[in-house]
Amino acid sequence: MKRSVIRVLVGLALAVAVMGGTVAHAVVELNMYYPVAVGGPITKVIDDMIAEFEKANPDIKVKAVYAGNYDDTRVKALAAVKANQPVQLSVLFSIDVFELMDQDVIVPFDDFATSAEDKQWLASFYPALMENSKVKGKIWGIPFQRSTIVLYHNKNAFKEVGLDPNKPPATWDEMVAAAQKLTKKDASGNVTRWGVHIPSTGYAYWMFQALCIQNGQVLMNLDGNKTNFDHPDVIEALQFWRDLAAKHKVMPEGTIDWGTLRQKFLEGATAMMWHTTGNLTPVKEGAKFDFGVSMLPAKKRRGSPTGGGNFYIFKKASAEERKAALKFIKFMTAPELTARWSIATGYVATRPDAYKTPTLEKYVAEFPAAAVARDQFQYAVAEFATHENARNKKFLDDAIQSVVTGAKPPKEALTAAQQQAERVLKDYR
Amino acid sequence: MKLDRRTARLVYGWLWLLPAAVLMAAFTHYPIVGGLVSSFFSTPRQGRLSRFVGLDNYAAMIADPVFWQVLRNNFLYAMGTIPVSVCLALLMAMWVNRKFRGRAVVRTAYFTPTILPMIAVANIWLFFYTPQIGLLDKICSFFGIPGHSWLGDPSTALACMVVLAIWKDAGFFMIFYLAALQGISPEFEEAALIEGAGRWYFFRRVTLPLLMPTTLFVMVNATINSFKLVDHIFILTKGGPDNASSLLLYYIYEVAFGFWDTAYASTLTVVLLVILGALAITQFKYIEKRVHYQ
Repeated sequence: MKRSVIRVLVGLALAVAVMGGTVAHAVVELNMYYPVAVGGPITKVIDDMIAEFEKANPDIKVKAVYAGNYDDTRVKALAAVKANQPVQLSVLFSIDVFELMDQDVIVPFDDFATSAEDKQWLASFYPALMENSKVKGKIWGIPFQRSTIVLYHNKNAFKEVGLDPNKPPATWDEMVAAAQKLTKKDASGNVTRWGVHIPSTGYAYWMFQALCIQNGQVLMNLDGNKTNFDHPDVIEALQFWRDLAAKHKVMPEGTIDWGTLRQKFLEGATAMMWHTTGNLTPVKEGAKFDFGVSMLPAKKRRGSPTGGGNFYIFKKASAEERKAALKFIKFMTAPELTARWSIATGYVATRPDAYKTPTLEKYVAEFPAAAVARDQFQYAVAEFATHENARNKKFLDDAIQSVVTGAKPPKEALTAAQQQAERVLKDYR
Repeated sequence: MKLDRRTARLVYGWLWLLPAAVLMAAFTHYPIVGGLVSSFFSTPRQGRLSRFVGLDNYAAMIADPVFWQVLRNNFLYAMGTIPVSVCLALLMAMWVNRKFRGRAVVRTAYFTPTILPMIAVANIWLFFYTPQIGLLDKICSFFGIPGHSWLGDPSTALACMVVLAIWKDAGFFMIFYLAALQGISPEFEEAALIEGAGRWYFFRRVTLPLLMPTTLFVMVNATINSFKLVDHIFILTKGGPDNASSLLLYYIYEVAFGFWDTAYASTLTVVLLVILGALAITQFKYIEKRVHYQ
């Protein structure tokens, strides 16, 4: 309603201006696509933020289109760009940066965000979140809906089996020990509650990355043209994942679905889950029990990959549109809006000063779980990103799934994935 | 200038054909030829232009284990869905063709899955299949059967797709059978009764042959569906675990829009076209001989 009123007003103002013979400001129209990968009424939140922006900037109109998950959104945005449809910016997967560069469709922000104030703004985000944005010394993406993986645990279940509900496991061994206690069976021996769930569909490579970092190994170089799938530490990490089901019996056999996992946690079918912080608010709203959130457990070190979506500006946008898009992105990532966005979704606030706003300070004081992801930033590393990322991700996902379903041993699966990735990436060195 | 009668009739006829012909050419024939051509070229990347590579893409396809797996999956999927859904459709049609109380309700119930969008259906079934909290596992646990990760186990994931497809398609095919059954004159049944034919004999020798045109139509549709309908895979498994539930068209989508490897996607599309073309020719040439049109 509000937006349409504003549109009418803008229209009227424009009509008056035209009749007066002078057009004071031409309205710049921006089109963008954005994804939603978590629960909750995200589209409404985005619409409200845009309405606010349009109110403050009547000469810019923004049309935001929800386009599915990250992959769907990339497909739609790229298809629109290639079909010469007007799309000037989008929120796309942070790790698609190489693909978008290789297809030559995005521009680095350094090219037009040149004022001192712009430069300060570019430097205002958490360095860990910028790792996926910086390629060849330039900044291609601005962090927006970003996350890390955290451990959710059901405090009631912890109490029930005599574990301290405020002391979630801090190491792999502690997690296995706790999960063994938490796994509950009925009289006929069927499991009614599992100890822990790590999802292995949708974003299997992402979860796996966390395990690898904790085991002291990253999966790719920052140039995005070399992978380490067959490193012994990586193989060991995958063996641990497999062992949770096969050896320790604290996780079910087969793959675990990303999309339904939150529901399973909320219904008490698992006592702990690894999931994105982007799910924090829906879990908070849906949980009928006390739950806790903590950093992922450590093996050699703590660690989680960052994840989520960045703002990108497309090359086809005119100079004027780029300026308008920059203004819009700056608005959306200002500390106050970042704070509100983080509260509404559970995504991390992308910059330290957002955590210093009264809004977020108050929220974190009442709900300390909201700060876990921030605290985990010091251990965070870039999310898996390479040239031809979708393809390499699939090699890895397939390898992980073949191992967690017990079809192949980790070494065999990962060596094969490494060979496949090598064939693709050797062209990019 | 005046056209002679023959030419005028010719022009007149072609004008009638023109709109459909233009649409067909633009949206069917041109893409087919375009796909075939691009399967002989490489995908442009990093500023390198597309170049002619001959049969390289086809060689890569033959060496691609995922291609063989999705082909095998698609074959199993078709074998699983087509016979069951067609038989079930016939059974349901025979059942709701008789007069009984609540017939309208049963007919509606059978047809409901058809009118639901596939994406919505898949989302519902996702929760049926979810381990522990899903409907299927709830029923299993009631009977003391241990829970199972239906979609997460490579040995059951494809079967889950098959069940969903049967559930979705059978009601749709039932409508065609129902219409055909109502077109069969009751005189046949009366005559058969007088001659002393049993019900099974009547079904086998009279009803079934009279339904053959419908069966052909339904079979063609079922076959096409098993190759072209992949919406549910996006929701349920994304082809996993480890490609266990991926079908040819889904793989084509992945290659084309996930990897942006347009040349290889074209190559796979050509294969899909050849398969569907071959199936269509077989069905029309050979089965039609056995079809009895009234």
